[in-house]
Amino acid sequence: MAFVRKEFIHIFRDYRTLIILFGIPAAQILIFGYAVRTDLKNAAIAVLDNAHDEVSKELTQNIEASKFFYVARQLDSYDEIDATFKEGKIRAVVVFPEKMAATITREGTATISLIADGTEPNTASLVTGYINGILSTYSASLTGELTATMPLIMPEVRMYFNPNLESHYMFIPGLITLILIMICSLMTSVTIVREKEYGTMEVLLVSPLRPWQIIVGKATPYFFLSLINVIVILLMAWFVFGLPVQGSIALLIAECMLYILLGLALGILISTLTGKMENAIFISFLALMLPALLLSGFIFPIENMPKIYDYVTMILPPRWFVDVIRAIMIKGAGIGYVWKETLILAVTALLLMVISIQKFKTRLGEAK
Amino acid sequence: MEREKVIEVRDLVKKFGAFTANDHLSFDVYRGEIFGFLGANGAGKTTAIRILCGLSRPTSGRVMVAGIDASRRPEEIKKRIGYMSQRFSLYEDLTVRENIELYGGIYGMRMKELIHRREAMLQRLSFTSYGDTLIRSLPLGLRQKLSFATAVFHDPEIVFLDEPTSGVDPVTRRQFWEMIYETASQGITVFVTTHYMDEAEYCDRITIMNEGKIVALDTPSVLRQQYGTATVEELFVKITRPQRTMV
Repeated sequence: MAFVRKEFIHIFRDYRTLIILFGIPAAQILIFGYAVRTDLKNAAIAVLDNAHDEVSKELTQNIEASKFFYVARQLDSYDEIDATFKEGKIRAVVVFPEKMAATITREGTATISLIADGTEPNTASLVTGYINGILSTYSASLTGELTATMPLIMPEVRMYFNPNLESHYMFIPGLITLILIMICSLMTSVTIVREKEYGTMEVLLVSPLRPWQIIVGKATPYFFLSLINVIVILLMAWFVFGLPVQGSIALLIAECMLYILLGLALGILISTLTGKMENAIFISFLALMLPALLLSGFIFPIENMPKIYDYVTMILPPRWFVDVIRAIMIKGAGIGYVWKETLILAVTALLLMVISIQKFKTRLGEAK
Repeated sequence: MEREKVIEVRDLVKKFGAFTANDHLSFDVYRGEIFGFLGANGAGKTTAIRILCGLSRPTSGRVMVAGIDASRRPEEIKKRIGYMSQRFSLYEDLTVRENIELYGGIYGMRMKELIHRREAMLQRLSFTSYGDTLIRSLPLGLRQKLSFATAVFHDPEIVFLDEPTSGVDPVTRRQFWEMIYETASQGITVFVTTHYMDEAEYCDRITIMNEGKIVALDTPSVLRQQYGTATVEELFVKITRPQRTMV
């Protein structure tokens, strides 16, 4: 189709577009990967050891030995916890129950309380995550010794899937989400609005091309470029940060395609709202990028947000997509685990597409 | 001899809510004619053109363009007309050849025929040396000529020119009108809106719109005599001014 070809020419002839398309994602990966470490180093924690037995001592040592924490204080009673947190230096308190070793031998399991300073939700979640990682490792080593089948120490909070305690695991899926919504929505809306601004859209409308053909023509190149981008990001994730895709790559790509379609539909919708490129960019940033960045669980865990935000994020596609991508990339989940999210994304994408094409038609039908 | 009508408009009404943009328009345009469509800004010209081009549906009335009913099959009309707007309608980051190719492609031309016609057209316009130049680097006059040539590249029955010469120097304007004459002599009907009243003199017939209604429609010379004015410009002012001061 002549129209699609022309669209590719537009993109390849404008090196700025190419930079945005491929340079920014690469830069973001490197920046997030190296500069913005969301992982911890040397966080101060306190220990309330009610057990004073081998297990509790060994665990304390393990925590101390990790490069993430140092045990700043030993507490003697629960009453001190409140005051400790108020000082603000201590990030978390680990509470070992009485007679922990004995409980493990008798019942095969024990529960450790982990109390984190919630004023910085992000750090708190990291701290609990990391300590859990240490507990799990220890648990696993006990299991090995005793050849038991179940983990012996059950932490109350869990974070299994980041065994190396690296933040890359968190941000690569988030970054894919962010970059896709940026490229798909931002670029599509800008390219359509650009035609309006230059007046070439009029000519297209007077031509025998149907509105949907114009939209498909506009969106197709970005669809493929976005896919290439996904692959580039995945390769970078693998080779630069050593994060391979655990699950099916085909499924991952398929989910990405779905999400790309959703992003394209959003872009078209935005393009119907405005006739100016600056506005399109502004709307894309405000309405899509920020929520994708802040509310998708990419940087700030949704679990730490007030309940109301939890509901708000439910209407945001990025949230579901981040979950899907994490599940597939890191947990190696199959379609069986992510079908619900996939369905939500598919329905949203379909809905948005119908709305945007409809809007595109009526809007251009009556506008000057 | 009865001339062939390519546009037939009867009692065209277009309303936007309570506002009537086109109030019972009736006119015919014949094949090969240069039909000037004048009117102050907001007189309803653009609305009428959009309906004739199949972009907008009439609220009531009968509109036939190239033998097709504009309220029933507007998409069919689009295949048979060409369009050039006051705004620049070529892609700046594409070359001359690529632009022509794109439009040919959109109108469903086969590649072989397209290339053949494209080269013929470039030669006719003495544009061959510019073939691979980006539109961005062409002077405005050349762009405008090319824009027009592209609008009639697919041999439409009618070409709509919406203020095609705004912002163009007098020499280019003259050349542009030569192209229009040439096109009309090939049997392509030219439907043109303009703000330049000297250009209106070049038209076979003109119609003047005011506040959604057609207030005059005939050849420029007949209208000048009828209203006793020396130029179309005076005529235009005379016809549109009184009503406007009343508002």
